[in-house]
Amino acid sequence: MGGLVYFSSRSGNTQRFVSRLGLTAQRIPISPEEPMPAPRAPFVLVTPSYADGQGRGAVHKQVIRFLNDPDTRQHLRGVIAGGNRNFGALFALAGDVVAQKCRVPVLYRFELAGTETDIARVREGLDRFWKTHFSTAI
Amino acid sequence: MKDIAQTRPVPRAINWNRLQDDKDLEIWNRLTVNFWLPEKVPLSNDIQSWSQLTEEEQRLTIRVFTGLTLLDTIQNTVGAPALMADAVTPHEEAVLTNIAFMEAVHARSYSSIFSTLCSTAEVDEAFRWSEENAQLQQKSRLILDEYDATANPLRKKVASVFLESFLFYSGFYLPMHWSSRARLTNTADLIRLIIRDEAVHGYYIGYKFQRGLERLSEAERKEIKDFAFALIFDLYDIETRYTETLYDPLGLTEDVKAFLHYNANKALQNLGFESLFPDELCKVNPAIMAALSPNADENHDFFSGSGSSYVIGKAVATEDEDWDF
Repeated sequence: MGGLVYFSSRSGNTQRFVSRLGLTAQRIPISPEEPMPAPRAPFVLVTPSYADGQGRGAVHKQVIRFLNDPDTRQHLRGVIAGGNRNFGALFALAGDVVAQKCRVPVLYRFELAGTETDIARVREGLDRFWKTHFSTAI
Repeated sequence: MKDIAQTRPVPRAINWNRLQDDKDLEIWNRLTVNFWLPEKVPLSNDIQSWSQLTEEEQRLTIRVFTGLTLLDTIQNTVGAPALMADAVTPHEEAVLTNIAFMEAVHARSYSSIFSTLCSTAEVDEAFRWSEENAQLQQKSRLILDEYDATANPLRKKVASVFLESFLFYSGFYLPMHWSSRARLTNTADLIRLIIRDEAVHGYYIGYKFQRGLERLSEAERKEIKDFAFALIFDLYDIETRYTETLYDPLGLTEDVKAFLHYNANKALQNLGFESLFPDELCKVNPAIMAALSPNADENHDFFSGSGSSYVIGKAVATEDEDWDF
């Protein structure tokens, strides 16, 4: 099983989503003063979206800082994005931005803190994803 | 003679370069960038589409919009101002003035729809209806009771989040329904702007609620949570009756109820609480979801669709200078 890294602001939505997954995960700190996780093995990123009406600023600055380290970035295998469908076409846009920039797939999108269905699908999906990933990697 | 104790203290000038809570600036920026006015939407392009609705469908639409106007009016003149008194930072107060004003824009925009599409007599009839509709008056009363100045600041926030993230949706359903059938599509564009604003309002006030809750004892937290769930039950009870009255003739009631359950859960999540309705009761008609967020599901994701249909997200302009790998 690969790793899981997430960002969550103080609204706590993504944090609640990740804790319900019940998987070990590293948190990107809210404060730029705190040390940044630096995974050196394959991982999936879970990030909320913050886009304005024009789609600007979708990815949080701390997530950008985290991904700006090439040694971290090369281990990114996929992204799971949180958001709110009320934002229309920009729903969970951070996932698309990271996917496009880093050439990795968007694995899943969820709203706010996610539903029970989301939790089950992501658990099952990650399990399948890592099995396939590690079997083809060898 | 004025008592010293009653004299309003001079507030401190607001300094946006000294923040106590970064969320205030984040939300201020989000709301100001998202600012809009109804004049920006070409509502007159819906005139022909409007004429194709039956008389019953037109009357329902006008009534639903007067109901939404009432909620926006309450939020503009009572809700957001009531929350201002409880603001813990000067920046929160400033954000709430923006929220109050945008609620006035929302309320005003329904009148723009009316003046473009409907006759004065029809609209006057609907406003009279809104004053007499029992469920509309009941839900307004429940919310207003919490906004009363003597009420608990956290209870006010719960009421505000339920208004913005739950009570609007029995109304928002209808323009999304028309839009999914290629009717009133410009009106739907305007409603989507309102829906977007309400998401930010619910998120922000829910966030401030969570910060307030953190400062309370375990027992007090439980008391507030019990209050929140009791209030959403009461509101839900009114909303189901409101929904039946409005949507039974079109056979849409069950579809609207799924949308209500889905949004009630999101309202609770904004407050940091768990969902109330199980997922099987929240299966919203996919046409409504697509109308709510058009193009959002264009790119299938890995876990819910077939992985092979996945396409890398379309290029999006990012303007952060540090976003260069």
